[in-house]
Amino acid sequence: MLKEIRPALVILLALTVITGLAYPLAITAIASVAFPRQASGSLIERNGQVIGSALIGQAFTGDKYFRGRLSATTAPDPKDSSKAVEAPYNAANSGGSNLGPTSKALAERLNGDVSKLKAENPTQPVPVDLVTTSASGLDPEISPEAARFQVPRVAKARGLPEERVLALVESQVKGRLFGLLGEPRVNVLELNLALDRLGS
Amino acid sequence: MTAIGWLQIVLFCAIIVAITPVLGAYMTRVFNGERTWLTPVLRPVEALLYRTAGIDEARQQHWLTYTVAMLLFHVGGFVVLYALLRLQAVLPFNPAGQSAVAPDLAFNTAASFITNTNWQNYGGESTMSYLVQMLGLTHQNFLSAATGIVLAVALIRGFARASANTIGNFWVDVTRCTLYVLLPICIPYALLLVWLGMPQTLGAYVDATTLEGAKQTIAVGPVASQVAIKMLGTNGGGFFNANAAHPFENPTAFSNFLQIISIFAIGAALTNVFGRMVGNQRQGWALLAAMGVLFLAGVAVTYWAEASGTSTLHALGLTGGNMEGKEVRFGIVASALFAVITTAASCGAVNAMHDSFTALGGMIPMINMQLGEIIVGGVGAGLYGMLLFVVVTVFVAGLMVGRTPEYVGKKIEAKEVKMAMLAILILPLMYLGWSAVAVVYPPAVASMANAGPHGFSEVLYAYTSQTANNGSAFAGLTGNTPYYNFTGAMAMLVGRFWMIVPAMAIAGALAQKKTVAASGGTFPTTGGLFVGLLVGVILIVGGLTFLPALALGPIAEHLAMQAGTLF
Repeated sequence: MLKEIRPALVILLALTVITGLAYPLAITAIASVAFPRQASGSLIERNGQVIGSALIGQAFTGDKYFRGRLSATTAPDPKDSSKAVEAPYNAANSGGSNLGPTSKALAERLNGDVSKLKAENPTQPVPVDLVTTSASGLDPEISPEAARFQVPRVAKARGLPEERVLALVESQVKGRLFGLLGEPRVNVLELNLALDRLGS
Repeated sequence: MTAIGWLQIVLFCAIIVAITPVLGAYMTRVFNGERTWLTPVLRPVEALLYRTAGIDEARQQHWLTYTVAMLLFHVGGFVVLYALLRLQAVLPFNPAGQSAVAPDLAFNTAASFITNTNWQNYGGESTMSYLVQMLGLTHQNFLSAATGIVLAVALIRGFARASANTIGNFWVDVTRCTLYVLLPICIPYALLLVWLGMPQTLGAYVDATTLEGAKQTIAVGPVASQVAIKMLGTNGGGFFNANAAHPFENPTAFSNFLQIISIFAIGAALTNVFGRMVGNQRQGWALLAAMGVLFLAGVAVTYWAEASGTSTLHALGLTGGNMEGKEVRFGIVASALFAVITTAASCGAVNAMHDSFTALGGMIPMINMQLGEIIVGGVGAGLYGMLLFVVVTVFVAGLMVGRTPEYVGKKIEAKEVKMAMLAILILPLMYLGWSAVAVVYPPAVASMANAGPHGFSEVLYAYTSQTANNGSAFAGLTGNTPYYNFTGAMAMLVGRFWMIVPAMAIAGALAQKKTVAASGGTFPTTGGLFVGLLVGVILIVGGLTFLPALALGPIAEHLAMQAGTLF
């Protein structure tokens, strides 16, 4: 057994350095040259300022922008760091609501949100992804139905014809990969950026 | 459920079946010490390592020496990781200024990563420095995966060798596995993931000003290099708290598809390695077929349950399935498929929150783990787990006809059956035992996030996942308490090593036996009858142990949901 101690130490040390340092650092170096945009987080700049990442959702509360999924992310309470407070789209602390199928809290939340959305747009069925929280709390996308559902509100708030906003939504819809993998979707931040360009 | 959904599932299965013999052939060459196309590049590195470590490549080890070497390797890995976690605040590569990890959490995390569990009682982006993510966690992702694989290979050698006292050399196996199998796949894979949008940077978290003028801090890091081995090695520990649901950790449907393939790739290929080493590839295909039957049954139930939604959603007229805790780019089918794959294998990565699954949709992942993760399973662990059930199955078959059971030319006798049962029974003892204690211990009960049967499911899931070395969670449970950190670590360590040591004892015992030629009375283990019997034994042994516990959790919850009861 003592015979095995030297191999244990040497192999452990060598493989630690190879897989724990050489490998990730080499990938970092290659990626920073080959794919610099993705490697640094697919960041989007406007007027020289970082306004977010194309892959990370952000909170939209006003009527002039399309809204994304509900987010259950939290942040430490500034008054007591052992407690957490609601902080939607906190991209430094991802996570879901973790409410189960028979949760009363979930049923009440869904009830309230569905009523609000029905009042906002009584003509279309409420899309399920607009009233449920995403798994990461950072979902950058919504279904095409969820985007279309918000067209009347956004058009009214911006004083634009609905057809124009709807056409913009349709131009932003991404389909399944090879027509097979994943689901059709709209990136909310990109849609809203396009909307700002439309307005100006 | 949709046709396009099922098409994605069929495509996934077809790709796994296609990869299996290719990767199986390559891995067989690697573990037989034969020349491969990478030998010219890697051989000098390999030889240098052996020279420095004083390893004689030709020296074969007895099963006990092999096991002791493996355990020493883990003790070393544990110490290194624990030290890194405790010292991260004073070490470099810590741009977010993460403070030292508390002792109980560091203990749980170190146990978690050396056992290939990757259970996480912490959020990655809010707890771990880049140095820990790379040198601590990425590194253990490699080593715990390599260990699992070489142990399976050692057990295979037990079946394949005749009248031998040895089952291989642990140091040579683990070095070759890392250098020739894991790294060469991970390097191109990680770069592909970056191309698809995964960050890979040592830069600090990014401060953005959103369109509405709010401040958003975006966590980044060396993500892709860790995710590649996290999936390929069925580790499953997320760089971020939301794991593969986080858009940076799984940006598109394509990255998702690559990830689920890489979860199954090595585990499935090992069935082929088994077939090749015992001299009949059909023996391997029979094992994969039994795994396939159980897998497809699980996929069908979970997909159906999630697509059906919940009574709460129906009452509000919401259609489109249960989207609570799921991402739009994956939708119902890719989320359900991922959940079944990650628990069939001992991966434990999640691309949707299992805690928010329907009662039956969340029960399948639990069953997958409670069966011992033998449906493809963790890299290596799945195969040796499955072979333990094979030992029991041929024993049962032998009893039925009154003959000494045989499997691939080896007589299966009392010692093998006892060891197999020892390994199989330790799992329910751990997850049922710890769950039972937790539900009567008030501080443990306080950790439940949901009331009613779902709260019990959270606890049962936690100990099942840790015992089975899976690592996925019903994540509402507050696991970062001294109680859960300590008991969970016990479940992980016992679940891993109490299975490994009996499996190695079987390997040693089998290697010593003579190979008997198949005769007219030999039970054929390559046909449908054997596959059916194996599936039956797995379900009966598994079903009898955990069905009562499931009745208290997901089954009770499903009935409550149908009756319209909320908690």
